[in-house]
Amino acid sequence: MGPVVTTEFTPWLSLFGGALIGLSAVMVMGLFGKIAGITGITKGLTGLLPGADGPDDRGWRLTFLLGLIAAPLAVMLATGSFPQQTVPDDLTGMAIAGLLVGVGTALGSGCTSGHGVCGLARLSPRSLSAVVVFVAAAVLTTTLIRHAI
Amino acid sequence: MRPLLGFIAGLTFGIGLIISGMADPAKVLNFLDIFGVWDPSLAFVMGGASVTAFVGYRLVWRQNAPTIGHAFDLPESNAIDAPLLTGAAIFGIGWGLGGFCPGPAWTALALGSAGIFLFLPAMLIGIVLGGAAKSLSIFTAKGT
Repeated sequence: MGPVVTTEFTPWLSLFGGALIGLSAVMVMGLFGKIAGITGITKGLTGLLPGADGPDDRGWRLTFLLGLIAAPLAVMLATGSFPQQTVPDDLTGMAIAGLLVGVGTALGSGCTSGHGVCGLARLSPRSLSAVVVFVAAAVLTTTLIRHAI
Repeated sequence: MRPLLGFIAGLTFGIGLIISGMADPAKVLNFLDIFGVWDPSLAFVMGGASVTAFVGYRLVWRQNAPTIGHAFDLPESNAIDAPLLTGAAIFGIGWGLGGFCPGPAWTALALGSAGIFLFLPAMLIGIVLGGAAKSLSIFTAKGT
């Protein structure tokens, strides 16, 4: 999936960014009474989630996603440069990865945000089980790709 | 009011993803590469996010209802069942392969990499397929 790019350990930035993610989850709960799971929000957009068909519900979900899309532009305006990212350049691999992420999060009813952030904050054993399984599967996948294949 | 507040919450989430490093697949893949060039930063993202949400949730749950809405809508299922575990495993493989989970996939869109233009549409198709797979007979049997 492309060359390995080394990255710097950033505990404080990561902790601060994580706190912003948590703050957003608290806003969504306090304002709308909902779990800030990106899978659920994306699903709600496609109208597949039961109860997501109300226009009010779609009203905040669509703009939440627009907020996510606008985030790198806001960072650009604030810092003068676009955030750095290195995306794997194996395009077939990326299409397969996207498909697996979509199928898996829909089937498992959540991802890093819904089960990870929100589920762990609710002390949900169901979400903790999901987190353990997806982190283990991801570590195994990356390890196999980088060290075995 | 809902659309504006939704936008602000999404923007906050997205800026958090970018500042934390979670939006960069290189950083995600290095976090997952425990036996290689391990970068433990993302453990701090999960820690910062879930502790903030743990405390914040308990503060907002002191209200009788959300500010805009009738009631707090929390997942009812506690089942650790086949759809949950199968789905989590499939998601993990995709995450370990591409370095994107759903949130960072959205924040990567405007940065215009070639990979995201394949990843994101495939993810949306996957969500539709995964939703359909959930109703298959092997997954509808009640879990423990």
